[in-house]
Amino acid sequence: MAENDNRFTLKVITPDRVFYEEQVTMVEFNTIEGEVGIYKEHIPMTMIIAPGILTITQENETKEAALHAGFAEVLQDKVTILAEIIEWPVEIDLKRAEESKERAENRIKEHAPGTDMKRAELSLKRAVARINAINYQ
Amino acid sequence: MASMRDIKRRKGSIQSTQQITKAMKLVSTVKLQRAKQRAEQSKAYFNCMYETVTSVLAKTGNLNHPYLNGGDSAKKAVIVITSNRGLAGGYNSNIVKLVTQQSGFKKEDLRIYAVGKKGKDALNRYGYEIVEEDSDIIEEPLYVDAMALSSRVLEAYTRGEVGEIYIAYTAFKNTVVHEPTLLKLLPVEPEKKEEKAQEKESKALMSFEPNDDEALELIIPKYVTSLIYGGLIEAVASENGARMQAMDSATSNAEEMIDHLSLMYNRARQGSITQELTEIIAGANAIS
Repeated sequence: MAENDNRFTLKVITPDRVFYEEQVTMVEFNTIEGEVGIYKEHIPMTMIIAPGILTITQENETKEAALHAGFAEVLQDKVTILAEIIEWPVEIDLKRAEESKERAENRIKEHAPGTDMKRAELSLKRAVARINAINYQ
Repeated sequence: MASMRDIKRRKGSIQSTQQITKAMKLVSTVKLQRAKQRAEQSKAYFNCMYETVTSVLAKTGNLNHPYLNGGDSAKKAVIVITSNRGLAGGYNSNIVKLVTQQSGFKKEDLRIYAVGKKGKDALNRYGYEIVEEDSDIIEEPLYVDAMALSSRVLEAYTRGEVGEIYIAYTAFKNTVVHEPTLLKLLPVEPEKKEEKAQEKESKALMSFEPNDDEALELIIPKYVTSLIYGGLIEAVASENGARMQAMDSATSNAEEMIDHLSLMYNRARQGSITQELTEIIAGANAIS
């Protein structure tokens, strides 16, 4: 099989820009149903994204980004990710991420009345995703 | 005839006004360029979002979700996007007119979410119910602002306080054409759904994870957010376009007035010289 055959187009779009658009061999990310990895010829599917790491695999290199919210549309030869928030590791402020992780953990631990637990959890997940994205490198 | 001094003073004041309008035009030209670029960059996202949502709806057919059926309440939430500053020609008043006259809505039914001080003030004067004002976000619209606004509006919708959600903004067609637009955000219009359903039949193989209902529940708020964000961004581009046009015509009007005044001034000057000469000659004649 020719080398090019297992590639498909990955397009990552944010409200402000086209974040990434290239031919890739595999893409992995986290959905609310768990982590998924997608190769070419995947059945058409729409998935909701949960905070996690987006791993893009090309022939001989991989790239990571922290992907926080949005959804993905998977077609057989094309994957489109509509990301509300996504960052390359270089764009992440590690100190800020660690601070917000701590804050979120405290909020969950204290569980004070009136705390929005869902929001605290989400912000914890985002912070963890950011930190992981940096540590992966 | 006005005296030379009066004309000169008038000309001076018009000249300084022209300088201001010229500077404002330049500023809004630069801002327009930036806003236009932003609008173009984000267009890909909205087109994709729109396509996905319509294909979701086409696939799911007759769902009984509140996002599609509309609430029982007769109240309508309208997000009105105007600017914080004036001097933009008919930009703000067109939006206000759209909401108050052309929409055909009853005043009592409307709950206004105002973005932009000018629109809020005008609607307030007419006696509309302003639920909240988020005028700061129009200065530099960020996606998180749109998210916050859409979650507040959707909350009112799910609580049953409002039955429909609209957005009134100025669509940016190109640099000179801006159209005041009233767009229905929720419930998603059924006729549009059918028409898209036929179009997308070939694409109907799409499956959803977790499942159709839940996916819809999560996607629709994102859809609303993206439409609000798109509205904000287009409105900013339109505002600067409208201001650029207004300032351009103000500058050329000033130019015209200055020309006219220069002519009058020269005439008055010539008149006074002629008069002086006549007086001197008459005086000389009287002596001799």
